[in-house]
Amino acid sequence: MAHAHAHAVKRRTGIMDWLTTVDHKKIGIMYLLAGGFFFLIGGLEAILIRLQLMYPQSEVVSAQFYNELITMHGTTMIFLAAMPIIFGFMNAIIPLQIGARDVAYPFVNALGFWTFFFGGLLLNISFIAGTVPDAGWTMYAPLSGTTYTEHHGTDYYVIGLQISGIGTLIGGINFLVTIINMRAPGMTFMRMPMFTWASFITSALILFAFPALTVGLAALMFDRIFSGNFFNPSAGGNVVLWEHIFWIFGHPEVYILILPAFGIISEVVSTFSRKRLFGYSSMVFATVLIGFLGFMVWAHHMFTTGLGAIANALFSIATMLIAVPTGIKIFNWLFTMWGGSIRFTVANMFAVGFVPTFVMGGVTGVMLAVAPADYQYHDTYFVVAHFHYVIVGGLVMGIFAGMHYWWPKMFGRMLSEKLGIWTFWMFYIGFHLTFFVQHFLGLLGMPRRIWQYLDGMGLNNLNFISTIGALMMGVGTIMFLINVVITMRKPKNLSNDPWEDGRTLEWTIPSPAPEYNFAQTPLVRGYDAWWHEKMEGNTKMTPVEPIGPIHMPSPSILPFFMAVGLFIAGFGFMYSKPADWGTTGLIIGAAGLLITFGCMALRSWFDDHGFHIEEEEILKDQGVKA
Amino acid sequence: MSSHSHVEGQLPHEPERATLEGRNKITGFWLFLGGETVLFGTLFAAYLTLRGQIMDGPAPNELFDFALVAVATALLLTSSLTSVFSMQAMHRHDVKGLIGWLLVTLVLGAAFLGVEIYEFNHYAHMGHTFSASAFSTSFYTLVGFHGAHVAFGLFWVILLLLQLKQRGLNTTTAPKVYLFSLYWHFIDVVWVFIFTVVYLMGKVG
Repeated sequence: MAHAHAHAVKRRTGIMDWLTTVDHKKIGIMYLLAGGFFFLIGGLEAILIRLQLMYPQSEVVSAQFYNELITMHGTTMIFLAAMPIIFGFMNAIIPLQIGARDVAYPFVNALGFWTFFFGGLLLNISFIAGTVPDAGWTMYAPLSGTTYTEHHGTDYYVIGLQISGIGTLIGGINFLVTIINMRAPGMTFMRMPMFTWASFITSALILFAFPALTVGLAALMFDRIFSGNFFNPSAGGNVVLWEHIFWIFGHPEVYILILPAFGIISEVVSTFSRKRLFGYSSMVFATVLIGFLGFMVWAHHMFTTGLGAIANALFSIATMLIAVPTGIKIFNWLFTMWGGSIRFTVANMFAVGFVPTFVMGGVTGVMLAVAPADYQYHDTYFVVAHFHYVIVGGLVMGIFAGMHYWWPKMFGRMLSEKLGIWTFWMFYIGFHLTFFVQHFLGLLGMPRRIWQYLDGMGLNNLNFISTIGALMMGVGTIMFLINVVITMRKPKNLSNDPWEDGRTLEWTIPSPAPEYNFAQTPLVRGYDAWWHEKMEGNTKMTPVEPIGPIHMPSPSILPFFMAVGLFIAGFGFMYSKPADWGTTGLIIGAAGLLITFGCMALRSWFDDHGFHIEEEEILKDQGVKA
Repeated sequence: MSSHSHVEGQLPHEPERATLEGRNKITGFWLFLGGETVLFGTLFAAYLTLRGQIMDGPAPNELFDFALVAVATALLLTSSLTSVFSMQAMHRHDVKGLIGWLLVTLVLGAAFLGVEIYEFNHYAHMGHTFSASAFSTSFYTLVGFHGAHVAFGLFWVILLLLQLKQRGLNTTTAPKVYLFSLYWHFIDVVWVFIFTVVYLMGKVG
């Protein structure tokens, strides 16, 4: 601290700044932008699906294109929209909530973003190449194998997800280490804000779930590109193995998605009820338990595969157990609101709206967990309704709550509350209109993933209503975008704590936070650290250090090139069969890997000394803000 | 965040843990190895599912040659031991010893990889090719993933040796070498499981 090294301060501007940044706040914004972009693509696909199903036997899109739409909608929404947006919040908020100046590995953080982005790009380039994944987002073998999918669709899926999966995995490790090692003095585990806790458990789930997907994708890739036999029954392969591997990853994945939303809801409900989160310790316990049980239930996706009564019974019971910690959470949110002085800001409307919606998704989840009954529901629109209730009604509502809640902290401007209320009602009503009726479509026997249904089967009205709802959700999303554009024109003039009821550390620093987050590392003296100080009559946190030069990591272009290398390699290997580019493909693939590993070696060889932000600059920042 | 918290010119006993960066790296690498465990666990599960599906290819007990596997095992286990010696040298601040033992580790690891390449080549000539059966695909994937890890480790240690040669032992190089030793032990443990599940069970089971 005492001495400042005179390393040249390289501070880039414009596009180079964004390509080379290792600042978690900027990376968070890039995650939101890229995730939002893919969310719009996935949403457009959803609208097309619903337009096709609006009337019986319609031909708005062809059957082949419909298969591509459902596959890409699911894949895009889960891997390229929902998870990156969550990662955006984790990046933007976690270091601020634990009183850290940065994440544990800023460079790896940037690498994680770029690999996700180029993986997603590769996946979506399939639309331009004209060979789009079309075997469903679950890519079940043998449908996804070379026998039934001769074109490159599956390859785009396998390699695109493999590349973006690397980004997710290293991102997860980064947050685990950040939370374990980088907490401010006094920020014990049981004083951590609920969003940080939820993200911590989510990161652990990522760490232990994603490697299974890595192997599954690699196996499918070996089958397709190098003529392997993992899922090829004619050479002894086993197609059920794919289902197991996919769902051993896939079920934890749904908790990876929902736990951070639980965290956001906890923050928002507590802040706008002006009350400490009810049952904080039980909330932590419930989150850990959900994370643990999440690994024990994968075969409930496979009840009709024929695993036998014993396996089905065990997985059935394990699945129902998850309702217990989830119920704990629901009641904790209700009791937090109970007796609080509630403010219905847009963020809180989404949070309050989340609670009954998620309960409905949870109840249908328990219904589906009943293995014998599942034989009736399996692969019908009942399942579609269920998982959209938990993912859209749960996660997306949580995302919208988080957007409105943390937008001021991330951008220094407040989203319009007036427009936000319209967004909420449009989206909320549209959501229930779309998916509530799908329960009944499923019970009436409409299979999921079906391209057309016949007239006169009693499916017409419900499908029509569902499509209207989907369009309303689309309008709601557009309203949000308009809100963003309008807000970007407002001046940046917010205080540290624009909601005035902030409880956690992110509300003690300027909005948006300066590059170094905390001019002085704060001392945490209790749960809800900032609220604790407010209650003691303090107007700021007690610092644990004097103001001094702050060491920062240097920006770097290497993460960008490492991801580009993987992107090139993916392309090369995908087209390396003799029928395509043959050896040229292999050479391109090898060249791509060489770029990636070469950049890795460069990173290892040249030490990053970083640079210091000097005292004068920090004081100047404070002078401007004060 | 400063990487210069030690007294100038004096290395602490455990230089790998002297800085926050170093400690972060060690925590993160242990977590990474947790993820790697799941990766290899899944590969083992796939192999165990498919190992009976030999189709027209040679069966495991005709294929595997214990003498060859014993040599490979001895090489890799010994290289794990020498990487321990290198860590002990590092904690004594004995840069020469550190470099020397890492060199021995490198040579042993390369010899292991050589034996494995010979072995794969030998099997392929017996008709046990990647595409022969589900057994062969899962065998080459599991053992090949391990081999790829060994190969990556070799390139890694070469890069670290060059850095040690040029810059000596300091609080930046120490965590890197320490991580390599963790990685090398992990690879060794995976091999113990491969030896048991693939070769022993293939010969006897």
